[in-house]
Amino acid sequence: MRRLLPIALVVLVGVALTFTLAERYHHRVLTLVLVWATMGLAWNIISGYAGQTSFGHQAFFGIGAYVTVLLVVTTGLTPWIGMAAGMVAAVVAAVLIGLPTFRLAGIYFALATLAYPLIFRIGMEFLGYQEVPIPMMRDRPAAYMQFRDPRAYDLLALAALGGTLLLSHWIEGSRLGYALRALKANEQAAEAAGVDTFRAKMVAYMLSAAPAAVIGAIYAHAILFVVTPDAVFGVLVIVQTLVVCLVGGVGSKWGPLIGSAIMVPMSETLDATVGDQLPGIQGVVYGAALVLVMLFAPEGIYWRLRALRPARRAVEAPRVSAAAPRLDTTVAGRTPVERGAALLEVRGVSQAFLGLQALGDVSFSVRAGEILGVIGPNGAGKTTLFNVLNGFLLPDAGQVRYRDTPIHGLRPSAICRRGIGRTFQVVRTFPQLTVLDNVMVGAFAHETSPPRARERARAAMATVGLGRADDVPGVLTTLDLRLMELARCLASAPDLILLDEPLAGLARDGVETMAALVRRVRDAGVSVVIIEHTMYAVVQLVDRLVVLDHGRRIAEGVPNDVVRDPAVIEAYLGKRWLRHVEGLGTGGLGAAPQTPPRSGRRGEAASPRDPC
Amino acid sequence: MSASDLAQYVVTGLLVGGVYALMSIGLALIFGVMRVVNFAQGDFMMLGMYLTYFLAVVSGVDPLLGALLTIPPFFLVGVSVHRALLVRVTGGGDPQRLMDAQLILTLGLSLIITNGTTMLLTPMPRGIKTAYATQAFAVGPVLLNQARAYAFLLALVLAGVVYVFLTRTDLGKALRAAADDPEAAGYQGIDVRAMHGLAFGVGLALVAAAGGLLATYHPIEPTVAVNFIVLMFVAVVLGGLGSIPGAFAGGLLIGLVQSLTLLVLPFQLQNVGVFLTFLLVLYLRPQGLFGQRLRAV
Repeated sequence: MRRLLPIALVVLVGVALTFTLAERYHHRVLTLVLVWATMGLAWNIISGYAGQTSFGHQAFFGIGAYVTVLLVVTTGLTPWIGMAAGMVAAVVAAVLIGLPTFRLAGIYFALATLAYPLIFRIGMEFLGYQEVPIPMMRDRPAAYMQFRDPRAYDLLALAALGGTLLLSHWIEGSRLGYALRALKANEQAAEAAGVDTFRAKMVAYMLSAAPAAVIGAIYAHAILFVVTPDAVFGVLVIVQTLVVCLVGGVGSKWGPLIGSAIMVPMSETLDATVGDQLPGIQGVVYGAALVLVMLFAPEGIYWRLRALRPARRAVEAPRVSAAAPRLDTTVAGRTPVERGAALLEVRGVSQAFLGLQALGDVSFSVRAGEILGVIGPNGAGKTTLFNVLNGFLLPDAGQVRYRDTPIHGLRPSAICRRGIGRTFQVVRTFPQLTVLDNVMVGAFAHETSPPRARERARAAMATVGLGRADDVPGVLTTLDLRLMELARCLASAPDLILLDEPLAGLARDGVETMAALVRRVRDAGVSVVIIEHTMYAVVQLVDRLVVLDHGRRIAEGVPNDVVRDPAVIEAYLGKRWLRHVEGLGTGGLGAAPQTPPRSGRRGEAASPRDPC
Repeated sequence: MSASDLAQYVVTGLLVGGVYALMSIGLALIFGVMRVVNFAQGDFMMLGMYLTYFLAVVSGVDPLLGALLTIPPFFLVGVSVHRALLVRVTGGGDPQRLMDAQLILTLGLSLIITNGTTMLLTPMPRGIKTAYATQAFAVGPVLLNQARAYAFLLALVLAGVVYVFLTRTDLGKALRAAADDPEAAGYQGIDVRAMHGLAFGVGLALVAAAGGLLATYHPIEPTVAVNFIVLMFVAVVLGGLGSIPGAFAGGLLIGLVQSLTLLVLPFQLQNVGVFLTFLLVLYLRPQGLFGQRLRAV
């Protein structure tokens, strides 16, 4: 509740201003500040929180205005109800626009959104709605949102602002908010951590269309009186919105409010004083504001001010003792699989990129309770295999079955929620989120309430022995980053985890920490598939090995057999080396599993000297 | 409708499309090399129209020549704008954030130019009177408006020059290298920042020249940019973001679509056909009609 105080304060200030301002013109400016702050907040939901820059958000503003006003004109329906109809229409439009458009990412999405308001605008002009005056209802003005007293419009816009602030506040702290921030930072990592990014974007888009429509309707009644396509679908609407958001700061509920409180009075004053002589002055000021903000404070005023706040003294976080792992992998409705039974089955999977056959007819299975190593030289198809297993790629042929149901073709987030977690070869973080929040994104795979997700995330961090909950990933060591990613993965309560080179880049003690952790995770009942391209690192860790070479599975079995397999030796060291090994009769690589065959630090057998 | 009517619509569309193509390759060059979507491109086109107009009215320069004369000054303007503004929002950092910063920066620039021009030159539309604007060549039953035909030919020539520059000269090859992989190009001794300046300069010069050609038959006003920047975006996306031959083909195609839309829809809805084509291409082939589909994981 205490967190709602600032919002209450904003509303109080708004009410106070409403009742202290005397001049009609000042009320107009106040209404405009509130209108553009609300519109900015609406835009901020999809473009700030979710990072999907929309250049066409005035589409919803215009729909709200047109639907409400046309309902008054044609049926006499009060705008109080018409506004709700406009909101529904805008949300429906958001669904219809979002379904195809969210298939596009980044710049393509931004450019596509440009087209929608243009189409609406042309459509309205064509339908003969170039100018729709709001009919005067002299007998019942209040029922038709027509007030003589300008304070009524102030309060109306203030109510919309308060509502949108509450909505933004709720989003910021909710599961949706975490999902949006995560997908904004790294869409693939978010998917892999169980965030259905498409659904999250759609929900955000709908939630941002609704307030835009409401404030569009209010704007029509308070300011316009005559609705034209240019006034509600025009470029200036989105420009106003962008200006208040970017000046104030994107991605926070306070940014648009700050931006609006500064920019709107400034441009209105200029317009009132010199607008007659210089008709384009408002546009020039807005343009200059955008250019200056981008050059000197691209993060916006709010974030600038926040950065000035004295940083909390960094507390040296002691490494949490990992002695008491309590790995919560229980999820309602998931039956345990008998140890040793096939948990994941890969059947004849093939995947080609243009001409390159990355995977060719690969089959193997993962048994419950084991650590399975997937090894192979560079370019063997290991990461491609993981991308197929966790749903990033749809294989050209073959099946992936998990718990006896096919999972290929599911979204990565759906596969994650079914119980397959993964990490990446190069750690993928959400850089703006704290370590705890990073892990919480994974925890939300099976939790809806933030406190419970936080609890689950803390438990996962304790399991891997990671402190530093309030740091951002940027300051972490490689080991801590890998631990964080593992914790995020474990927080989604998987019963199978795919680790892509978790030992890469770690020092010797880091390798030991990570290896011990992987064993403990296995002992807690989570099956593990681990990719490595150095054999020596995994041979001691894994229960079984699958060897890939040029996209084909060339061996499978217990480590001791696999490392003696001639095909494996050949794949790693070449034909000539194979003859040499056979000649020496050393019995293959397994004879000296501690010896890294790559580095050849000791022993003639592993020396990379020319064998012939 | 007879076959000659259809031919007339097709030819008119292609003639208009030639100028669209020229303006679009400017935008495509800037995007291809710098990864910057220049929202102000339409406004520089508008400035090119005004420069051509004043050259014609004040000095009596024929607008077709005037269009060519816009190239050197706008090249310099482009290099300066890059040096003064865009340099600060290109280079290292989070690509999404940079992309947003560049979009917003050029959007701000666009607002300043449109509204500044309105302030200085009033919103009144102007036009250049030429003898050939109202004349037509008759090719069989099809009539070619002379102004559009000349504009089309010059656009074709300029686009050809750009193509030869990019593919046959060392500087052009360096530019393409900087576009393909800035880091690797830098390691080979190519000054990537200078290449960006060059691209922005050439991009603006092309769009200004296209504006000059357009001015021979299109009214000149400060807000003319809005209509054309969208057409340029569409052409560039149609051709595959950043592909120069693609943008050229995209521009021609848009002229064609605009013209053929008139056969089925009333005049006000002319651009609906263009936008629908745009959305359709984005949904079905976001890599553009000529781009290659890349798979990224």
